[in-house]
Amino acid sequence: MYSFEYQKAGSVADASKAATGEAKIVAGGMTLIPTLKLRLAQPSKLVDLGGIKDLVGIKAEGGGVTIGAMTTHAAVAKSAEVKKAIPALAELAEGIGDPAVRNRGTIGGSVANNDPAADYPAACVALGATIVTSKRKIAADDFFKGLFETALEEGEVITAISFPAPEKANYQKFRNPASRYALVGVFVAKTKGGVRVAVTGAGEGGVFRKKSFEEALGKSFDAGALDAVKVDAKGLNSDIHASADYRAHLIKVMAKRAVQAAK
Amino acid sequence: MPEGTGIGASVRRREDARFLTGSGTYTDDINRHGQTHAIMVRSPHAHAKINKIDKSKTLGMPGVLAVYTGDDMKVGGLPCGWLVKNQDGSPMVEPPHPVIAQEFVRHVGDIVAVVIAETKQQARDGAEALGIDYGVLPAAVSLGDAVKPNAPQVWPQAKGNICYDWGLGDKAATDAAFAKAHKVAKIDLVNNRLIPNAMEPRAAIGDFDKATGDYTLYTTSQNPHVIRLLMGAFVLSIPESKLRIVAPDVGGGFGSKIFHYAEEAIVTWAAGQLKRPIKWTADRSESFMSDAHGRDHISHAELALDKDGKFLGLKVETLANMGAYLSTFSTCVPTYLYGTLLAGVYTTPAIFCNVKAVFTNTVPVDAYRGAGRPEATFLIERLVDVAAREMKMDPAEIRRKNFIQPSQFPYQTPVALQYDTGNYDATLDMAMKMIDYKGFAARKEAAAKKGKLRGIGMSCYIEACGIAPSAVVGSLGARAGLYESANVRVHPTGSVSIFTGSHQHGQGHETTFAQVVSEKLGVPLEQIDIVHGDTGKIAFGMGTYGSRSIAVGGAALVKALDKIVAKGKKIAAHLMEASEKDVEFKDGKFTVAGTDKAKTFGEVALTAYVPHNYPITELEPGLEEQAFYDPLNFTYPSGCYIAEVEIDKDTGTIEIARFVASDDFGKIINPMIVEGQVHGGIVQGIGQALLETCVYNKEGQLLTGSYNDYCLPRADDLPPLEVQHTDKPTPCTHNPLGVKGCGEAGAIGAPPAILNAICNALGVAHMDMPATNEKIWRAANAQTARAAE
Repeated sequence: MYSFEYQKAGSVADASKAATGEAKIVAGGMTLIPTLKLRLAQPSKLVDLGGIKDLVGIKAEGGGVTIGAMTTHAAVAKSAEVKKAIPALAELAEGIGDPAVRNRGTIGGSVANNDPAADYPAACVALGATIVTSKRKIAADDFFKGLFETALEEGEVITAISFPAPEKANYQKFRNPASRYALVGVFVAKTKGGVRVAVTGAGEGGVFRKKSFEEALGKSFDAGALDAVKVDAKGLNSDIHASADYRAHLIKVMAKRAVQAAK
Repeated sequence: MPEGTGIGASVRRREDARFLTGSGTYTDDINRHGQTHAIMVRSPHAHAKINKIDKSKTLGMPGVLAVYTGDDMKVGGLPCGWLVKNQDGSPMVEPPHPVIAQEFVRHVGDIVAVVIAETKQQARDGAEALGIDYGVLPAAVSLGDAVKPNAPQVWPQAKGNICYDWGLGDKAATDAAFAKAHKVAKIDLVNNRLIPNAMEPRAAIGDFDKATGDYTLYTTSQNPHVIRLLMGAFVLSIPESKLRIVAPDVGGGFGSKIFHYAEEAIVTWAAGQLKRPIKWTADRSESFMSDAHGRDHISHAELALDKDGKFLGLKVETLANMGAYLSTFSTCVPTYLYGTLLAGVYTTPAIFCNVKAVFTNTVPVDAYRGAGRPEATFLIERLVDVAAREMKMDPAEIRRKNFIQPSQFPYQTPVALQYDTGNYDATLDMAMKMIDYKGFAARKEAAAKKGKLRGIGMSCYIEACGIAPSAVVGSLGARAGLYESANVRVHPTGSVSIFTGSHQHGQGHETTFAQVVSEKLGVPLEQIDIVHGDTGKIAFGMGTYGSRSIAVGGAALVKALDKIVAKGKKIAAHLMEASEKDVEFKDGKFTVAGTDKAKTFGEVALTAYVPHNYPITELEPGLEEQAFYDPLNFTYPSGCYIAEVEIDKDTGTIEIARFVASDDFGKIINPMIVEGQVHGGIVQGIGQALLETCVYNKEGQLLTGSYNDYCLPRADDLPPLEVQHTDKPTPCTHNPLGVKGCGEAGAIGAPPAILNAICNALGVAHMDMPATNEKIWRAANAQTARAAE
């Protein structure tokens, strides 16, 4: 680790002000701390959100839930509000990493990091979530911009994420056997506005919507509706863990399983 | 004997309390006064010329004390312990193995320089600032590529990158057997390259005593005396009397901590230069690119059969990866620990094996749990299944037909070994019963109804353990003997300290060895201390690997204990005014036959140290004995493992539904510890079969350099393991305990059982390891496509 300054922010405004230039915001630190330990990053300053109480907590709102950015995965997983409104989201949170990660890692940190194999981006996109920041509200469709890229600007801090409740939803993850991140993760949500399907882990550019699945499932929300839909391997990752062809195949298998399990 | 602490009792591991509560003392826990810290600067290239190293910036940085390169550290090279000869009798190519790279680097992770500073952080900063100008060269990375014509040369003296071209067996007899074959089963297979992952990364502290000129090295080693011998005699020219090696608690080794590594020599040598202690501890990324790797074979094998399925002959051609340098045991692994095992448990009368060892621009490859024997067993047990498929015979039936029978022991194989004893039908019977072999068809049908493919597979393994008779290995090119030593020190009040040359790094010796002592002397466990891992305390030792500790170290211990009892009898005879030949020793008491006279072990011990009433003209005071034991033969544990798997065709995921093991380890000291050893071995075997593989890209960069990409098995990858000891054990015939060793069996027997089950489920002849989800999915789909035709 290289040396850096450390600042524990007292408020979101403090954090926004401090997080400029070479400074980095740290939430749960589940990605950033290992990156620092390997000397792969050299921030001038770490701005720690850990002391801002307003950022922690889950509220049931308008049938959906709003989750504070510093809420841990473990808290989401066991939240009665989340289980009631969007059981698929609680299940997703329960499946992230291991107990240590779930008790340190936060939803805001995961979304801001936008790891191409992370789980939450798929939930945000499929459920049509809104990312609430210190400056504005951003629709999930506009938020995720590619590998580790988001719409966040300098000094902009995620404060909460609002998820509208779907009629039905489910997330199916095929884990990379080594890292246990999603080799392919598919979140299917039947919402008032139609069916939304988001895929994580597989795309060269991170999370993406699978429009052909959405159309087919929009006509008939049934796993069989996907049988005739072809999944192109173009644009999918191919690496030592899985070829693009295998990932393409798994996207369909996981989507069908998600449809079958949706509730 | 105190009840329940002797041979055969499942005594709980005494050492676990300290390990599980974090109170062990590992190398990195040790801190010496005035200690400094070393960071190894490692090559980022697989093959390059070092044009220039500019130390000036680093030397000016805060806290930096020294930078040493290959030009500074002109010492001996790291030695290879085994000379292997080519088929024409000429010696192998044995290139130098410099401690710090000289002129060229030959793999990613090769040490180019060491930076020593007051703190680890300062050393790391200094290492990053070191200016190294490399001229990058083409690299020979994979085995297959390295033997191609015009492949880049790792060493100019090794033409075609061949280290040796070795043969074993009777080629003419084997050709003759094939000429009369009814059928020939063939297989091409890869034994996947593995990266050992001990829980504790390697670490070393070099210390130099200005007052005495003595060096001490604290290191993560399975064999401290071997390190003293190799480093003292070959690398640094320090006499044994001035060099102490301490291998304290060691957190796992699996073979990877047998070898003498460069870092050990660097911190020891540099401590002498700086006159200060120097600590180096690998981080995990460093371990991946500097611990010796394991396996990495490509083989073609053929088995000739007669019309009844009897094996007539076996031909094997293997390419074995050595990596860039010859590590301590590297050359013997694919030869003396592999070729000699190719008879398996079968009566195949003619065998010929050719092994070409190949240099590549990768980390050195050396012994890893099983070392050569898993490679041999995988090849035989896969090939036998292919043969069964071609002969349309049941895999159990073809094995039985070819087993060496109990009446045939001692059995001389055509590949040098003589098995002393065994009963292979017994372990096969037991495993088949455990898994309900007959009921498999019904289970397969039930699985098919759920849309799953179910398969069953077995492996009947044998291993050569208890390494090794010195004269035999000497004739094969070993540059050391492979005996073991033990010293029994009985203290005046009857408690006992055992000094053993075996080294524990997870195996439970502090319990098992104490049980042997408790059994033989009748002393309670609490009064028995097992001391190991320090050349300053223990006379000599060859250490722990090759499942040798109880078979060789335990045998040395018994010899020393016998000497204690013999001397004790003399003392007791004197005390009881009886003839020595009438004195008996049992359950901690010396008695005179036919009388009620008795002296306890404690009374005799006290007399030895307070010799007021003592046969002083005939006997020395004191009660301490030393013994060395050189085994007469290897030991031959064997057994049968059967796996049942279920495959999800949609995703290629596999569940190991059952895994049963029936082992014959001869006599067992602590059944619970043995069961644990088998569990661990099987898990590593399952890891190799399904999950683990080392991947380099074409340029020689390690792609599986962390746990994000290198997949170790985890609890949820595993089935419950059903492990039983055979009901018809065949104790070893030539060591005093009748023991065979159990540390490697699981890693040897498990991979072929799993792959045989997968091939059975998919109806394919072969699949290479690791059988990943994608490979299985592709094979399952091809099967569906075939079925549709």
